[in-house]
Amino acid sequence: MELYITELSKYVITLFIALYTLECFLVFRHQEEERRNGCYIRQNLWMFLVHFSCFLVICFETGKPEYLLFYALQQILLFATIMLFRMIYPRGNRLIVNNMCMLLSIGFVVLSRLSFEKAIKQFFIVTISIITGMLIPYFIRKLKFLKGLTWVYAAVGTAALGVVLILGATTYGSKLSYSIAGLTFQPSEFVKIIFVFFLAGALCESHSFLQIALTAAAAGLHVLILVASKDLGSALIFFVVYVLMVFIATGNWLYLFLGVGGGCGAAALAYRFFSHVQIRVQAWRDPFSCIDGAGYQITQSLFAISSGGWFGMGLFRGTPDAIPFVEADFIFSAVAEELGIVFSMCMILICVSCFIMFMNISMRLQDRFYQLIAFGLGVIYLFQVFLTIGGGTKFIPMTGVTLPLVSYGGSSVLTTLVMFFIIEGLYIIRQEEGARRDKKKKRKRRAKYREEQTAEEEE
Amino acid sequence: MFVTYLSVAVFLGMMGYTCHYAVTHRQEMINNSYNGRQELFIAQNTRGKIYASGGQVLAETQTDEKGKETRVYPYENLFAHAVGYASKGRFGIEAQSNYYLINSNARLSDKVEDEIAGEKYPGDNVFSTLDVGVQEVAYQSLGIYKGAVIVTEPRTGRVIAMVSKPDFDPNQIDEIWDELLADKESSVLLNRATQGLYPPGSTFKIITALEYIRENPDTYGQYSYQCSGRFTHGEDVINCYHGTVHGSVDFTKSFAKSCNSSFANIGLQLDRTRFGDTLDSLLFNGKLPVSFAYNQSSLVIDRNTSDSDVMQAAIGQGTIQITPLHMNMITCAVANGGILMKPYLVDCVKNAEGTVVKQFEPATGGRLMSEEEAQILNGLMQEVVRSGTGTKLSGLTYTAAGKTGSAEYNNVKEDSHAWFTGFAPAEDPELCVTVIIEGAGSGGDYAVPIARRIFDEYFGV
Repeated sequence: MELYITELSKYVITLFIALYTLECFLVFRHQEEERRNGCYIRQNLWMFLVHFSCFLVICFETGKPEYLLFYALQQILLFATIMLFRMIYPRGNRLIVNNMCMLLSIGFVVLSRLSFEKAIKQFFIVTISIITGMLIPYFIRKLKFLKGLTWVYAAVGTAALGVVLILGATTYGSKLSYSIAGLTFQPSEFVKIIFVFFLAGALCESHSFLQIALTAAAAGLHVLILVASKDLGSALIFFVVYVLMVFIATGNWLYLFLGVGGGCGAAALAYRFFSHVQIRVQAWRDPFSCIDGAGYQITQSLFAISSGGWFGMGLFRGTPDAIPFVEADFIFSAVAEELGIVFSMCMILICVSCFIMFMNISMRLQDRFYQLIAFGLGVIYLFQVFLTIGGGTKFIPMTGVTLPLVSYGGSSVLTTLVMFFIIEGLYIIRQEEGARRDKKKKRKRRAKYREEQTAEEEE
Repeated sequence: MFVTYLSVAVFLGMMGYTCHYAVTHRQEMINNSYNGRQELFIAQNTRGKIYASGGQVLAETQTDEKGKETRVYPYENLFAHAVGYASKGRFGIEAQSNYYLINSNARLSDKVEDEIAGEKYPGDNVFSTLDVGVQEVAYQSLGIYKGAVIVTEPRTGRVIAMVSKPDFDPNQIDEIWDELLADKESSVLLNRATQGLYPPGSTFKIITALEYIRENPDTYGQYSYQCSGRFTHGEDVINCYHGTVHGSVDFTKSFAKSCNSSFANIGLQLDRTRFGDTLDSLLFNGKLPVSFAYNQSSLVIDRNTSDSDVMQAAIGQGTIQITPLHMNMITCAVANGGILMKPYLVDCVKNAEGTVVKQFEPATGGRLMSEEEAQILNGLMQEVVRSGTGTKLSGLTYTAAGKTGSAEYNNVKEDSHAWFTGFAPAEDPELCVTVIIEGAGSGGDYAVPIARRIFDEYFGV
């Protein structure tokens, strides 16, 4: 009986997530948010079914009733998020909220399977983050002064990173986080958002060479501090978002080429001077030659990914716990092993769908500042997804970053939720701009019509 | 827009890469000893059986009432190296097909029944290409000698028999393991058929002859040489086996009689760069297209090779090292019109109900020589049996072809490994046999009779 359920569920779960993913892209057929309603409602249904079937399997496999209760709580949270958001922000973008909930629910499933305790912790953090996050769109619209704080952002960002560096130097040498009340916080996660605000502020003011050079200096300072604290993954994210934002803001290909060239140069230098970079690169090129040491994680991850096949081993049927730090850096491998390659590919596509929506929003925003923020946050999000999945699958060298919304980690999930809600806020601004513009147009047209009429009458 | 498109393209690339990697590396990954998932399969499924091509069980796992599993090899020493063992590491088919043996593709309903009965699922069964009859003849013929026999089908690459001696009883592997490891001298655990490196002796003349034909396609028939039992070049002297004086020999007779003096003479006339290229194309110093454990054969000849070394190489002495497997593959290519078929030991994998899970088809390993060259070598090898050193294979219901070798392996003259490599029927080869007997003496006297018994068994004479 149990066996039938696990075997059958593999295909059913894959089917549901595939249908969900399909809707993610069908949404883009329609330009008007109102016409996308059908897609959204179907998405909610598929999401519910994926989540439900996964937990059904978990309950069968473990035979523990607490999972049932936990599932109920998750279901309430996700349902409430979707409903409340719609009620509070009727003009909000529901694809983003749906994808956010879908990714969170995948995270809950995998974390519950890996460690019940960690899943509970994550649930707690997510609940708080969502409650806080719900307020963000409101404040984004109201707080107009956010634009003027350019150099304040830079100062706060470098200061926060600098404090970690100094604290780290006095303790263990490579400390990236503070621990408060059992919850760990990694400042570089939050600074990412502040950094994007800084760049957006600076670049929407002016494109002069001086301005670019000044931002380059400030951005370089961020990156250098991160390099000094040996957080190369974050350093890379900061660097890439800087280069791409400058390119987008100025439209100047020269800056892009300079950035890419500089990045390659910096990477070559890092490879020459940092032994831990060399080790990572070696572990990427031939992980099996150093399987006892630096290659251990990546080979275990590859074992996991390749053992699942298209439809996975089934929840609790694999051994994803063999990978060190599986719940943070290698959650993708755990998903691929137990839920299958198809499922994990759908998950990637959901992330891509979020990104496309972010870019879409960014392009249609009128205000340069908001436009750049949406773009920057989108780049940060997708690049992080790329680093963690690419690293775990030996596509690129490993950098040790988390998969946003799915991985375990308080600061990661909080930061990502904040990012998503900021973009929601920007979307709402755009919708209101649009509505206002429509009204204006109508008014103008009416005025014009009246003018013509009076003119005719005069004749 | 540019950034969006670029990102989507990169992601699609990453997804394609990941899918491809995961699917193509699955077996290799599961077999890696660092992968704990093997244990998961082993705990879940009973290791599958290994069968001979005739349906006999070569290895199976028996479970007693207490649930203790024992791997049983009914033929004991007979298939020691070919089938191998699955404890103390893995070897042979047990290693090569481990992935299939520990997996179970049993029907879901059967799995459910097993689950209810509290039993493990039956692992998939592996059907080998090995033939018990031929294996037995090869095994018995070697007697107490150390050595190896490998028997294959040149047209398909199927391995019919694979014997290596000294041997061991895989049923006892746990008990005798330390003893076997301690015995450095006879290296019992080595599969001499695929891993043993030997000087090829005169069997190498197949390759020297091929190179001579390649370089002199129109004139090799006009070759002649006056053999006085020894060939002197500067300070180097090459002797014919037991100092036999062959008198006036042409190319065919040089080959058939295995005249060392004449071949040393031929060797000196060869273009060393081209000779080196031919060796590379015959898979020397490189990988062989097989999926089981083997050692690489080695011989490098290039512009800088000295006269003395070339003379030695031409008669298969000196620094050359070759495995019986590799010699068999080259012979197979001659038999098969120049095309090498990849040797393989596993025919198919079936689940417990007998449904085929994976079928292995014959596959080509490339062309080693032209059809014409293969034809000429085939003729030369027939002459060996008709009038040369392999006459113990003549006058039978089938026509055999081959080449003998007596490879000296130390300075004491009389000590030599007896080689034979050949095939039958010569007109349309079905079976290819390679025999090496360590320290037995001449190939014609010791190795050829073993080959004959194997041909007899296979052709049912």
